[in-house]
Amino acid sequence: MDLPRENSSFQAGRRQARKLDLANGRVDLSHGAGGRAMADLIDLMFRKAFDNALLDQANDQASFDVEAGRLVMSTDSFVISPLFFPGGDIGSLAVHGTVNDLAMAGARPLYLSAGFILEEGLPLQDLARIVDSMATAAREAGVLVVTGDTKVVERGKGDGIFINTAGVGRVPAGLEISGDRARPGDKILVSGTLGDHGMAIMSLRNGLQFETALRSDSAALNSLVGRMVEAAGPAIRTLRDPTRGGLAATLNEIADQSGTGMRLHEPDIPIRAEVRGACELLGLDPLNVANEGKLIAIVEAGAADTLLAAMRRDPQGCDAAVIGEVIDDPLHLVRMVTGIGGERVIDWLHGEQLPRIC
Amino acid sequence: MKYVEEFRDGERARGMARALQVEARPDRRYRLMEFCGGHTHAVFRHGIPDLLPPNIELIHGPGCPVCVLPIGRLDMAIRLVDEHPEVILASYGDMLRVPGGRRRSLLQARSDGADVRMVYSVSDALALARANPDRQVVFFGIGFETTTPPTALGIQEARRTGLDNFSVFCNHVLTPAAMSAILDVAPDSGDSVEVDGFIGPSHVSVIIGSDAYRFCARKYHKPVVIAGFEPLDVLQSIVMLVRQLNEGRAEIENQYTRAVTPGGNSKAQQVVQEVFTLRPSFEWRGLGEIPRSALQITHAYREFDAEHRFNMRYEPVAGTRGCECPAVLRGAKKPTDCKLFATACSPESPLGSCMVSDEGACAAYFTYGRFREQALVQQARQRAQQKAKRA
Repeated sequence: MDLPRENSSFQAGRRQARKLDLANGRVDLSHGAGGRAMADLIDLMFRKAFDNALLDQANDQASFDVEAGRLVMSTDSFVISPLFFPGGDIGSLAVHGTVNDLAMAGARPLYLSAGFILEEGLPLQDLARIVDSMATAAREAGVLVVTGDTKVVERGKGDGIFINTAGVGRVPAGLEISGDRARPGDKILVSGTLGDHGMAIMSLRNGLQFETALRSDSAALNSLVGRMVEAAGPAIRTLRDPTRGGLAATLNEIADQSGTGMRLHEPDIPIRAEVRGACELLGLDPLNVANEGKLIAIVEAGAADTLLAAMRRDPQGCDAAVIGEVIDDPLHLVRMVTGIGGERVIDWLHGEQLPRIC
Repeated sequence: MKYVEEFRDGERARGMARALQVEARPDRRYRLMEFCGGHTHAVFRHGIPDLLPPNIELIHGPGCPVCVLPIGRLDMAIRLVDEHPEVILASYGDMLRVPGGRRRSLLQARSDGADVRMVYSVSDALALARANPDRQVVFFGIGFETTTPPTALGIQEARRTGLDNFSVFCNHVLTPAAMSAILDVAPDSGDSVEVDGFIGPSHVSVIIGSDAYRFCARKYHKPVVIAGFEPLDVLQSIVMLVRQLNEGRAEIENQYTRAVTPGGNSKAQQVVQEVFTLRPSFEWRGLGEIPRSALQITHAYREFDAEHRFNMRYEPVAGTRGCECPAVLRGAKKPTDCKLFATACSPESPLGSCMVSDEGACAAYFTYGRFREQALVQQARQRAQQKAKRA
């Protein structure tokens, strides 16, 4: 009997697929029902875009050999609105996010999984654009999407599309990069300008629309990390990408994990004039705003110059800067010497950042 | 960035700090109130107190719109959405988190099923009314003179376009009346705040003009220097106040000349006059009933007055026990003088309004962390005292 396979994974066996109506078609419940429509979607959209030998194994799982050593694994879900924004979309973001989480251990990202939750009514054209963008981002980052899954929820129960990606990567020998290794005297570096992603998204939000030339900084950081590891590997204590909560949250996390304080120097923190302006306008602090293509590095003081020079040679690190140092502080505070020479504490963001009233 | 970076220049700031060290006389104190919450925020964000000699003390005033609204007025809004399912309440974000009577906030009312939306301006509220013709959209209008003209224009636009499902719950208040109230407290009442001079508001003054503060000099002999929101603006206004006080002058000076004129924005004032009229009296959190200190919608625009449309009634509500917001708003106490500060009350779970808004003194103290240093100093002092005792 030729029953459709009750399997929504991308590896469902090869068969003769029909065409998808990309111009006018929309996701409907049949695309998640396990029947022919789902198989067509998987074949013509996902497998075509992510095309690789491991995905073509057509089993319920991807199977691969590993070299000896340390593997890292990470997962992240993406529920962003709007789905498309200047500088990227939910697809590229879903690849960059997980690739970067792996890279923050100094690892070389190898394989990704991709889980899609689609809302009934999502135009197939949008889905194709997102999937193509994911495939491009994965190719550029040198990772393979080797397994996947798709589900469809009824209209009103999703926000167009949610994507989950998980990934594995391999850590080169001799590295020990972790959030608890910052020590007093270490230098704090950032790979570039802060707040670009958050403000690009915020400028498109309902009720806040304002014109800017801002683009999200969404990018894969594994090539930058590769250079950094080559230049200063064992001297690198901590790497972390300051996504939600921005620089403020990330440094507070590291300070708590490492049991140290930190001192930043406001004039040294790179922030674009447009981001600064938009933040001033809305009464927001750029240090709390999300980034998707930046990293913070904490490094032994003696290796800071070498590391900075290496970072600046990479396109993702050309605006890199030393912004402060790790200090001894029983309160584990992140402090900042302000532009006028005063000092303040940089705390976690409380609740949501809200535009001021007047 | 033009018009911002110039006013954050470190070299100039250090120059002004040196000037203050020279000009501030060591034999006296300078107690300067920054009226406006925007200034309180700027003071801590830029670490301005670190640049001041110890005898210049900044006292934080009541100029935070969310902070001064009494619980009773907030409860009116909460009752409105509880009792009228047809109402969409459109409010600035900060207002949603302030705990009302029995600590219930608009956010909690929303999770209980009320339709409360966060908006960024009155225009958003008008758009909501247009998009929901079968609902009643009520704009929760709060704020000092800065936010009043946009509310007035919103009401006029609603009339012009026949938007009859739009109304405003008006809570707009007046800066000069609050300054008088602070200065009127009798020195021996135990409630008084010793203020030598005011750092005058930035945006409010753009609307009302510098002449609006003349009464401070004339009636109370207190100098006022209107200042911009950038750190150099604030530092320069402090230098100007110190000079006035040293010379025994009490004048209204304008540091923020790039935006403020003596007469203010007459067009904005006219719109406000057309739509609003003075309330005989209004309750302020911390300052109590102040005569002629707030606005209500005039008879001519009464159909847009939510208080009239929904027959809303004010009932005063007692404040949260232990909460020192009232004294903090008068400048009589510092946030760290409150027992609830950073213990039961924090920005995540605020008990008082001053912990909610960024412009509130408690939130500024908490966010920019000055209290932690003070707590350490205090601990060190206690340890030293105990050591001395043991010795």
